Amino acid sequence: MIEVLDPVRCTSCNICVRVCPTNVFDAVEGDIPVIARHSDCQTCFQCEAWCPADAIFVSPSRTPEPDGSPLRDGEALAARNLLGLYRDRVGWRRGTTSASENLPSTDDYHVWATPLPEGAPR
Amino acid sequence: MSSTSSTANRLTRSARIARAPRPAILQNTGESLQLAADVLVLGGGPAGTWAAIAATEAGARVVLADKGYCGTSGVAATAGVGHWLVPPDVAARDAEIFPREAQGGYLTDRTWTDAVLDEAWYRTELIPGWGYRPATTPPPRLFAQPGRRSFAGTAPDYLRFLRGRTKRGGATILDHSPALELLVDDDGHVSGARGYQRQAGRPWTVTAGAVVLATGGTTWKSHSLGGDVDTGEGHLMAAEVGAHLSSMEFSNFYGMVPLGTSMDKNGFFIAASYWDHHGDPITYRNLHESRAELLAASLRGTVTATFTQFPPEARARVRAGMPNFFMVVDKLGVDPFTDRFPIDWVQEGTVRGTGGVHVLDHDAATGVPGLYAAGDIAARDRIVGSATGAGGPNLAWAVATGTWAGRAAARDATTPAAPARLTPTGTHGLRAPRATASARGGDSWRDVVGVVQGQMHPIAKAAFRDEEGLAASGSLLDERWARPERLVPAAGTGSGEAIRTREAAGMLATARWVIAAARARTESRGMHTRVDHPRTDPAQTHRLLVGGLDETWVRPDPDLPVTGPVPAGAPGPADVKEAS
Repeated sequence: MIEVLDPVRCTSCNICVRVCPTNVFDAVEGDIPVIARHSDCQTCFQCEAWCPADAIFVSPSRTPEPDGSPLRDGEALAARNLLGLYRDRVGWRRGTTSASENLPSTDDYHVWATPLPEGAPR
Repeated sequence: MSSTSSTANRLTRSARIARAPRPAILQNTGESLQLAADVLVLGGGPAGTWAAIAATEAGARVVLADKGYCGTSGVAATAGVGHWLVPPDVAARDAEIFPREAQGGYLTDRTWTDAVLDEAWYRTELIPGWGYRPATTPPPRLFAQPGRRSFAGTAPDYLRFLRGRTKRGGATILDHSPALELLVDDDGHVSGARGYQRQAGRPWTVTAGAVVLATGGTTWKSHSLGGDVDTGEGHLMAAEVGAHLSSMEFSNFYGMVPLGTSMDKNGFFIAASYWDHHGDPITYRNLHESRAELLAASLRGTVTATFTQFPPEARARVRAGMPNFFMVVDKLGVDPFTDRFPIDWVQEGTVRGTGGVHVLDHDAATGVPGLYAAGDIAARDRIVGSATGAGGPNLAWAVATGTWAGRAAARDATTPAAPARLTPTGTHGLRAPRATASARGGDSWRDVVGVVQGQMHPIAKAAFRDEEGLAASGSLLDERWARPERLVPAAGTGSGEAIRTREAAGMLATARWVIAAARARTESRGMHTRVDHPRTDPAQTHRLLVGGLDETWVRPDPDLPVTGPVPAGAPGPADVKEAS
């Protein structure tokens, strides 16, 4: 789900408001848009592709990231050039920056892959 | 004429796309938007845009209304899929269609498959001449064959392009304008629709000589990639004016995703290696046809996967071929070529399943005067049977049926009556015969959505069915259907709340047809696994029609499947197999 809308990079162009297929954002007069209906986000990454300012990061999780998740840390993600990664990958980002090198490691993720102990019920 | 000059001719023509006349504006105020058109298209994915393009090519005044934003809305816009293209050549068609007949449980119809492939072949040929230039070019296919052509509907370029092409043809696009109900004239001819513009905060009405439904399948909001806009109210609208459905038992296809994500791009999953929660390898037969082996393992513990099928030298090409999938695993820090990464499932309902509104002919007519259905809302059983239509067939179907529906709607469009002379047809989710102020609205749509998802999403219920479970699910759903007053929007039928209640009604209606059809098919075939009827019954080699609102009904489609001669030695429709 969308986790970061970077207030520094956002230019208030409201493209995300227009293109989000599930109407997650609301435009705000004289300000940047707000994520008004987070629970309607369907994790389709379209806003990340369409945002011309690379201000958006959509976490791959179809449920909200918990507090403290590295995928909610906008500043850290921005520093690693990960905002707008999808825009880069589909060739919509102008310039040659590639973000493939600086990826976060979500260590928790692999815990799920650990086989259960012997004798666990099948 | 050499091929070079014919290409040049195509490019020259592209500069001049004829623009159809604009729809008439009857009212455009803060209170409401009212337009008059020849053809109204509901839904702006591939089927809707191809329908609108075909209708404008015929000179019709066209309005296309999308629930979200035409260009990002729906599964094709977000996932990106290649078209199933086979040249009009008998040998090539035989070679391609025969294995799919077996995979589809011999429920398919070759005459339809041929017609769809013909239309998709000629229509997609036009796209480069229309100026389509995707930002990334997919790498050439690994096994390109002479005479074959491929056309990838790359996300997010393809639908953005189709939006532009639709507008250049003269259609008016209404974004964030979900349709709520169809309008009919005194003769029962479908003559438009009304809905709500959720960002402008006003109701809309479009009168039209014909309506094309292209609102997609339904996943009951499982958070599959791009699928949450597909909630079944289009199916409900069709049934409210008398349309039938087909093959709704084949509505339980699950996509595998990196655990917890929405990324159900399955092109590389279908030949991957899998292990159960003990680390023992899982064998499978054909993941296009059934995923029962993996789904069963997922009920016992977390399944892991690795894309072992790709040698190191192929991986860069594989990554380039599916940027959205690799964007997701890169964000997760997973290397799918070498890691055993955990997976789970999202229900893809009738999007990857094949059930939907029954279309009668190669006009994509529903049998209801003035109403056509195209793309995933229409049953794709004739081209893929009991197997999934994802990964090409659905997109070929969308191009073909969109084109057919758009052309036929433009041809048959009558002059619609004024809005005030038309009758709205919506039932559940909008109005109820005995609605009272005290029983209305509130959050009761959430209860309905929860109950529907509780029956349609769990693998234990929807992937592995038996009479007892289906009957129990059916009772719960029928109880909700019997209380329509709880789905009446308190703020009125011309309100944003009506979008929520109508979606809930669409999800509930489609779920009830699924249960009715799944109970009637007392065998296992393709994605439909009946634990209490594990074998395929040759006597049930037919499609099932389903319909009805308060009382649902199921009966065999009198049009029997049309499959080709079975090559010597190959298993055919009469062979009984053991379901896995």
